[in-house]
Amino acid sequence: MKNKIFYTFKSLLISFLLIFSSFYVSASDSSEEKFNVGEMIMHHIKDAHEWHLWGEGHSGTSIYLPVIVLNNGLQVFSSSNLYHGTEVEAVDIKSGKKITYLKGEGSASNYALYHEKIYSLKNGDLQFEDGHVHNAVTPIDFSITKNVLSLFFGSIILLFIFISIARFYKKNGAVAPKGLAKFIEPLIIMVRDDIAKANINHHKYQKYVPYLLTIFFFIYINNMLGLVPFLPGGANLTGNITVTLFLAFCTLLVTVFSGNRNYWGHIFSTPGVPYVLLPIMIPIELVGIITKPFALMIRLFANITAGHIIILALISIIFINKNLAWGGLSVPMALFISVLELLVAFLQAFLFSLLSALFIGAAVEEAHH
Amino acid sequence: MDLITPSIGLLFWTALVFCILLFILAKFIWKPILKAVNEREQKIADSLELAEKTKAEMQSLQLQNENLLKEARAERDKIVKDAHQIASKMVDDAKSVAKSESAKIIATAHQAIEMEKTAAMQELKDQVAVLSIQIAEKIIRQELSSDEKQKTLASKLAEDINLN
Repeated sequence: MKNKIFYTFKSLLISFLLIFSSFYVSASDSSEEKFNVGEMIMHHIKDAHEWHLWGEGHSGTSIYLPVIVLNNGLQVFSSSNLYHGTEVEAVDIKSGKKITYLKGEGSASNYALYHEKIYSLKNGDLQFEDGHVHNAVTPIDFSITKNVLSLFFGSIILLFIFISIARFYKKNGAVAPKGLAKFIEPLIIMVRDDIAKANINHHKYQKYVPYLLTIFFFIYINNMLGLVPFLPGGANLTGNITVTLFLAFCTLLVTVFSGNRNYWGHIFSTPGVPYVLLPIMIPIELVGIITKPFALMIRLFANITAGHIIILALISIIFINKNLAWGGLSVPMALFISVLELLVAFLQAFLFSLLSALFIGAAVEEAHH
Repeated sequence: MDLITPSIGLLFWTALVFCILLFILAKFIWKPILKAVNEREQKIADSLELAEKTKAEMQSLQLQNENLLKEARAERDKIVKDAHQIASKMVDDAKSVAKSESAKIIATAHQAIEMEKTAAMQELKDQVAVLSIQIAEKIIRQELSSDEKQKTLASKLAEDINLN
């Protein structure tokens, strides 16, 4: 119910925003340098090889992160070699548009950066077709990108919090919690009782509590970190499809490997279904195994990314109109959405672990006749 | 499109970090925390149960005490009643013994008196007989002291016989 209200509200806001922005963008067309909201937002929510702090272009300040590429062996260099490389202009073969990309210098001279993707320049300069590079391969990129660094920060915070709590419990034993433990313990108990115990057979749930706790706090901490607008936060980690893909994949693995006879029985010979229909039912059920975690992946990705987009878009109102007075509108709205995002950060972590528990619960459920 | 294309590098790092996190947390963090929390919950549940038990025990003890008190009171009453009974019985007994004793004493006394009386009477009789004989002897001696007197007596006796 809460979720529904939230979505309605979100869509309402977006539609308002679209009306406003289209109106004012057309009004400011005459200005010399157009502010591209879409590009700015996309740049912020996507992964990057630098951690941009402030400023624009070459005068800006960024933390340049190490690039690690697998291209005939591991090659490591700083991303400043790419960002401070030479700007090369190319013409799209099909659309005829001018496209600029960055050609690396120094140790990165064999690589080019276009839309935050690293290309090998083995076949000469990049050629574009329909906005895609068609003559160069992308080496496997193991770089410590902004999201990877954010992942490290999140994990360090997670470990810091929980090591101190574990130490408290080890030292004091079974006493009433104090300090940080007092704050975190209700969440731990919530995951154990309301998520694991409520959805998984109560003889077996204990085995899955550590996984559910890890996934809950991993998502929650990283969601919260994503809401912090400056270092070490601000990366869109849990709104990145790769991360949600991995988390959903973990749930898939846990579900599949804990599936019992009853679970597989329901998939390969659903009780009550005539045998003639089984050739149709089995593929449907098999797809069903995938769609459940797939929904998890999309839900987390879409919610967190949408939150980032809304806040950025609201702030962009000021820059679209080039008038500080618009801050009177966009700041309260962005503040409101930020507060809402605090709820969403929790809600999505809760939902992800709740649904994971639900899937696991279905997989370990005993047959009842 | 880039937004929904997974990247291998991030996938690798996420998998690595998440697996390490899962291992560390599961092994060194969740275990002690969950253990402590479970222990505490158990402790609280046990304490509550114990409190409940103690309460019930206290109640039964109280009941027992009351019963004991009641029994003691009844016992006391009984003892007092018995004592009263015994005392009155003792008094009664003593009275009856005394009565019978006194009656016996009186009876013996009566007997003794009677015996004394008969003995006295006997003696008196004996005495009276002896005295009478002595008096008769004296009288006869006087009557028969002279001839004349012997004659009168004989006549008198004859007269008496005649009268008969």
